[in-house]
Amino acid sequence: MNLFRNVVFVAAIAGLVAGVVLACMQAYATVPLILKAEVYEQAGGGHQHEHAAAPAANATDTNAMSTAAPAENAMSSAASAPAEAAAPAEDEGWAPADGFERFAFSVLANIVTGIGFALVLVAVSEFAGGIGNWRQGIFWGLAGFAVFTLAPGLGLPPELPAMPAADLTQRQIWWWATVAATAAGLGLIAFRKSLPLAILAVALIVAPHVVGAPQPDNYVTSIPEGLHHQFVVAVTVTNLVFWLVLGAVVGVVRGRFTGTATSLRDSFA
Amino acid sequence: MNTASVSLGTSVSSQSRFMQLVLSAFLGIFVIGVVGFSHIDAVHNAAHDYRHSMAFPCH
Repeated sequence: MNLFRNVVFVAAIAGLVAGVVLACMQAYATVPLILKAEVYEQAGGGHQHEHAAAPAANATDTNAMSTAAPAENAMSSAASAPAEAAAPAEDEGWAPADGFERFAFSVLANIVTGIGFALVLVAVSEFAGGIGNWRQGIFWGLAGFAVFTLAPGLGLPPELPAMPAADLTQRQIWWWATVAATAAGLGLIAFRKSLPLAILAVALIVAPHVVGAPQPDNYVTSIPEGLHHQFVVAVTVTNLVFWLVLGAVVGVVRGRFTGTATSLRDSFA
Repeated sequence: MNTASVSLGTSVSSQSRFMQLVLSAFLGIFVIGVVGFSHIDAVHNAAHDYRHSMAFPCH
């Protein structure tokens, strides 16, 4: 299991680095938007007991629900009722406490799945000769971004709490099927020099979007469109940087490991 | 695939090489699946912000 051990080693380092980078970006770019959206979620009556906790604040929230302005009002109402922070725990089982604990679990999730993505990236790239240096890693990272973020994100855009969505299991199946089809398509284009296979590849990449992602019954939400758009951009850009870092670090670490970084330079083309 | 001499595992047969790489990829998918896609409430809540930030299907 020599090869397996080496793959895990390279993936662990790359996943750790890229995961920490992504967690830092999320702390500034995406998590504040999620917290804002949770204020709308709670103002929208997601949790019954809040009506008793902050009746005055609720009145302003319902008035402002369809406009883009109420963030400040809603934020202050949340601040005036700190008991709300623990609200989801009552309905949905254990949850990390807001603040440091919640952040720590997000960082942990980033690192663990960063290593997961790195394992997939290293394993697949080894079939194609391996990622020889950081620059090849950038291209592999772009492919990973296209497969895991762009393609599924077209049908299922990044969603904020309180946004309507179709059945969870169906969306997850569509998500994985889209990832698999896009990966297969890109692989055929990159590594098979055949026109019919390239056409098949395009068909594979397009197919999930012809089938279409599971959609909710209606699109009514209290989340302002501006906030959602901001979130979509933040998620897409942070994931792009994550994948570029992941690919580049794999290239660097693997190059040190094999000591043959330069000889692999032309294996990609 | 004649790149075995410069790959991560220098002395493994092609069949063993294939199995080990497939195993690595499945391990990665399993890890992503548990953290990002598990329906267990505690796992969902722990990685809630992460799932949203990765555009994984959530809720």
